[in-house]
Amino acid sequence: MATLSRSDVEHVAHLARLGLTDEELTRLEGQLNHILDQYAILAGLATDDIPPTAQTIELENILREDIVRPSLPAAAVLANAPARQGEFIVVPSILDER
Amino acid sequence: MSDLTRLHAHEMASRLRAGDVSSRELTDRHLDAAEAGNRALNAWLSIDRDRALGEADAADTRIAEARRTGAAALGDLAPLTGIPVALKDLVSLQGGQCTAGSRILEGYRAPYDAHITERLRMAGAVILGKTNMDEFAMGSSTEHSAYGPTANPWDLERVPGGSSGGSAAAVAAYHSPLSIGTDTGGSIRQPAALCGIVGLKPTYGRVSRYGIVAFASSLDQIGPFARDSRDAAALLHAIAGRDDRDSTSSPVPVPDALLRLPASDDEAAASVKGKRLGLPREYFVAGMEPGVEARVREAVAALEAAGAIVEEVSLPHTDYGLATYYIVAPAEASANLARYDGIRFGPRLGDGDVLSNYLATRGQGFGVEVKRRIMLGTYALSAGYYDAYYLKAQKVRTLIKGDFDALWAQGFDALVAPTSPTVAFRFGAKMADPVAMYLSDACTLPVNMAGLPGISIPCGLSDGLPVGLQFIGAPWSEAELFGLSRAYEAITADAPWRGVEPADLAASITPGSSTPAERAAIPATA
Repeated sequence: MATLSRSDVEHVAHLARLGLTDEELTRLEGQLNHILDQYAILAGLATDDIPPTAQTIELENILREDIVRPSLPAAAVLANAPARQGEFIVVPSILDER
Repeated sequence: MSDLTRLHAHEMASRLRAGDVSSRELTDRHLDAAEAGNRALNAWLSIDRDRALGEADAADTRIAEARRTGAAALGDLAPLTGIPVALKDLVSLQGGQCTAGSRILEGYRAPYDAHITERLRMAGAVILGKTNMDEFAMGSSTEHSAYGPTANPWDLERVPGGSSGGSAAAVAAYHSPLSIGTDTGGSIRQPAALCGIVGLKPTYGRVSRYGIVAFASSLDQIGPFARDSRDAAALLHAIAGRDDRDSTSSPVPVPDALLRLPASDDEAAASVKGKRLGLPREYFVAGMEPGVEARVREAVAALEAAGAIVEEVSLPHTDYGLATYYIVAPAEASANLARYDGIRFGPRLGDGDVLSNYLATRGQGFGVEVKRRIMLGTYALSAGYYDAYYLKAQKVRTLIKGDFDALWAQGFDALVAPTSPTVAFRFGAKMADPVAMYLSDACTLPVNMAGLPGISIPCGLSDGLPVGLQFIGAPWSEAELFGLSRAYEAITADAPWRGVEPADLAASITPGSSTPAERAAIPATA
């Protein structure tokens, strides 16, 4: 199976939105490759004709009654936000123009 | 008995109804024990004395009312009325903290109750507080908590197992008769084994996860810890059942047999006669401690002597379980943990643009093991690798589940196996090597992959430390598993090890003792 290079590790960290230090990236490169080595055992198993299992109990089309129910009060939800203004959560602007 | 904390929950229930003790007394004694032992054990992340005593008083009012009304009203009291319980700190309790053992949820207050919290309230239980855990339930030792490790009351230099180590240690140390854990790859059964108590992972879908911090959604289940089978079964009965807020929770009825496990040892022991048990040879893994294997084989012999029919069986894909689990669980975790972005809750770190907020909040808010698993999962799901890893693992999962299905088709009532290949290990012993830590769950995680129920019960001591015996059942067979565990308790009721209390119990309440973090001295780079 694949081996992760330092730049692969940096790429995955970016995909996962994890800001990692150089030291963390170096350590993870070694550890992730060690763990990936354990995955190699799977390659030897023929699974072409085996269907995947995503979930083990066979429940299908579980729908709930279409009933209006109260949601959490806005104040209770907003109480945990690190920055808020009125009934809104404050976030950095994501567009260039302000 | 003078010490109320030594009682089983079913004994507390009888005494409460008889008017021999109040819930306030029970609650107060347990809070005292938890507060006295928490410096040395760090089993609790929060203890809410005022709220617990308020709930206890409300329970006492209901009990007094029922006593005035008569025997029928006493019989109608909810089973856990007035009895203390602890919640793992990933179960939402309205207004309370819910850290999941992580800095990234520091300061978060749950705006609502989890389904099981509602159910525990309906059952009359008194919630003492929230227990320590490996961060986001990722770990097998509780050393990966951002709030310091938990110690094992059997040996303060050792781990309680994990990830539900706080809940297991709290019950083993008599801080609470009951507690709640979650089990994604062994996180109830392995700490139950290492702490010498009973812990059950229910069938996938048995208990609603609404209001629980998610780790790996196709594997996570919630389950009970207790010091005997009857108590654990009653706690499962209180929390199990369909909830339309978790679409994976099943409408399969919850059997009332969970509330009627035999009180009589003779009756319980007789029930094992003729039961057909499979002994999976692959579960006696390389690296298993000889003392663990010896205790488990003795337990199997005791079951046979009592009339069970034990046959060696094979689960041929067991060796693929670890790799399969460590693809599926991190992949699902990497998706579930995307929500921790510093926008809606938790601390927001970094300055400037939103990307720098994400990187700083997540980079600094998550601990080493969580970051490792997010990296693994993100990689396994990333373009070009999905088929080789995630899809492959899901196919192998089909094979692992098929191994079990074949045995149920042959008519086995249950499988009997070790829970953990080792007894409780020393702090730091597996922190430098993630794969060594992952091997702690070799005998438990296939059960999660197949969605099955599994229970760990104490079966003796090895070098003075508890060994766990695991029963694994077909889907929805929790009552049968509890029947077997209750039978084993009855068969071994007079065994000398049953009377042995955790060796460091007294040390754990010595004022001025060291903390687990001081004893563990976990290197920051682990």
